[in-house]
Amino acid sequence: MPVTAEDTTDEAHRAIEAVFRIESARLIAGLTRVVRDVGLAEELSQDALVAALERWPETGVPDNPGAWLMATARNRAIDLLRRQERLARKVETLGRDAEREPGPSEAAFDRVLDRAGIEDDLLRLVFLACHPVLSTQARVALTLRLVGGLRTDEIARAFLTSEATVQQRIVRAKKRLAEAGVPFEVPARAEWGERLSSVLEVIYLVFNEGYAATAGDDWMRPALCEDALRLGRMTAGLLPEEPEVHGLVALMEIQTSRSAARTGPKGEPVLLLEQNRSRWDRLLIRRGLAALARAEELGGTVGPYALQAAIAACHARARTAQETDWPRIAVLYGALAQVAPSPVVELNRAVAVGMAFGAEQGLAVVDGLAAEPALAGYHLLPSVRGDLLARLGRAAEAREEFLRAAALTRNTREQALLEERAAEQGEDGRA
Amino acid sequence: MRFMMLLKIDENTVPAGGPSPELMAEMGKLLDEMTKAGVLLDTAGLTPTAQGTRLHLSGGRITATDGPFTEAKEVIGGYALIQAASKEEAVEWATRFLRTHGDEWTLTSEIRQVEEPPGAGA
Repeated sequence: MPVTAEDTTDEAHRAIEAVFRIESARLIAGLTRVVRDVGLAEELSQDALVAALERWPETGVPDNPGAWLMATARNRAIDLLRRQERLARKVETLGRDAEREPGPSEAAFDRVLDRAGIEDDLLRLVFLACHPVLSTQARVALTLRLVGGLRTDEIARAFLTSEATVQQRIVRAKKRLAEAGVPFEVPARAEWGERLSSVLEVIYLVFNEGYAATAGDDWMRPALCEDALRLGRMTAGLLPEEPEVHGLVALMEIQTSRSAARTGPKGEPVLLLEQNRSRWDRLLIRRGLAALARAEELGGTVGPYALQAAIAACHARARTAQETDWPRIAVLYGALAQVAPSPVVELNRAVAVGMAFGAEQGLAVVDGLAAEPALAGYHLLPSVRGDLLARLGRAAEAREEFLRAAALTRNTREQALLEERAAEQGEDGRA
Repeated sequence: MRFMMLLKIDENTVPAGGPSPELMAEMGKLLDEMTKAGVLLDTAGLTPTAQGTRLHLSGGRITATDGPFTEAKEVIGGYALIQAASKEEAVEWATRFLRTHGDEWTLTSEIRQVEEPPGAGA
């Protein structure tokens, strides 16, 4: 096929968008430091993108595209600020009160241009986008937009919502930050814990949004896992001394390593212990174990992400399901129940205890959960209990539990499996 | 998406003494940036083909040849496995990598997408 002018422009535009995706977070972060308004910073960066789309198809991508974009945004900003100043002066001559802060100087922009300190700016941007004054949804959208460099239509597709909704969410979030006078800074030590956990929560939320969705038509979903991994690795690069950041990265790398083995040929979910481990991604496991080792080196084996990563690592290290170190997993779930207590964690601990020390002991843990209201409609509670009872030869009770679990699940494949297990216990309860 | 960035060199035109300290420093800076951007998954340089061996299968028969492979114009000198949102992004990173080499080197980078198994998350 002949190459038309339109094709080349299209190609050039895609190349420019790729450059922009690489550069936009740094661009916005650097500009925010100078103009002190993330909304204005993003507009300026968009202006620079438009300028690139006009110029680069003819001139080619410059050798240092990041510096080009920053210089362009800087010039726009200075023009804009001069106009504002002229306006303010006119207002003054009219005799009005014109108390105004001195605008940012050209020198301030030039300091950003040399890219020194840009990592601090990037870190400030991450904390700004994940600020607690914003709703969780707003934090997610803003982080993906400003830090991840995703377009609003990409975010909308990822979260199965409309572009207008995402757009509105982002506009409101930026307004909220301005109204609340949120400073562009790395939080002080006193609020460090809460602020960092907000950042990690946002990243893990993005990851789970992609991971929980099954593959297939939803091609954006795997991409969302990739975006979360990138955000996580980037944050680990910005905060190399924070064990929990490495813990989160480790958890995501190891979970992602199982992607290819998580679904069967018909798209059905395959449980962890039944997965074909040769399909686990060794590179991601290696990266995950390295990140976990880093967290451990930093003394961070007590945070919820590092603990979950340590549990995931136990599975990753086992060449076969039979080789799984269940006693260690049981201990880790015990520790997780201390720092992040939840009925689901306790249920998982019951499974691990049952595998490690026998069904009797596992059952004791499960029975402690019987009255737990949060698990009232949760099919895995009777399912786990049924499993433990079956192993103890208490077939009639096991059958009842499996049937109860089958009635609670909404997944038809799972339902069939549970009914099958109930039937295995024998009609009259005698296996 | 993952892309394999193969780096091909002509062993006959490699500057004597290999990469200069300046080049190593520039490359180190870029690889650090790629790591911190969450892009670089794995990378390594390969020893010269003088230490390599080629196995060739044809008609059920395997023949082995030891390096150097002087007859080849370009051989793989290293690789980088990266995660990128698009091929264009991978091309941009490869461009930056080549550019660190300045005027002295003749290099080819071949960018190939890694096939993803269906259902793979990343």
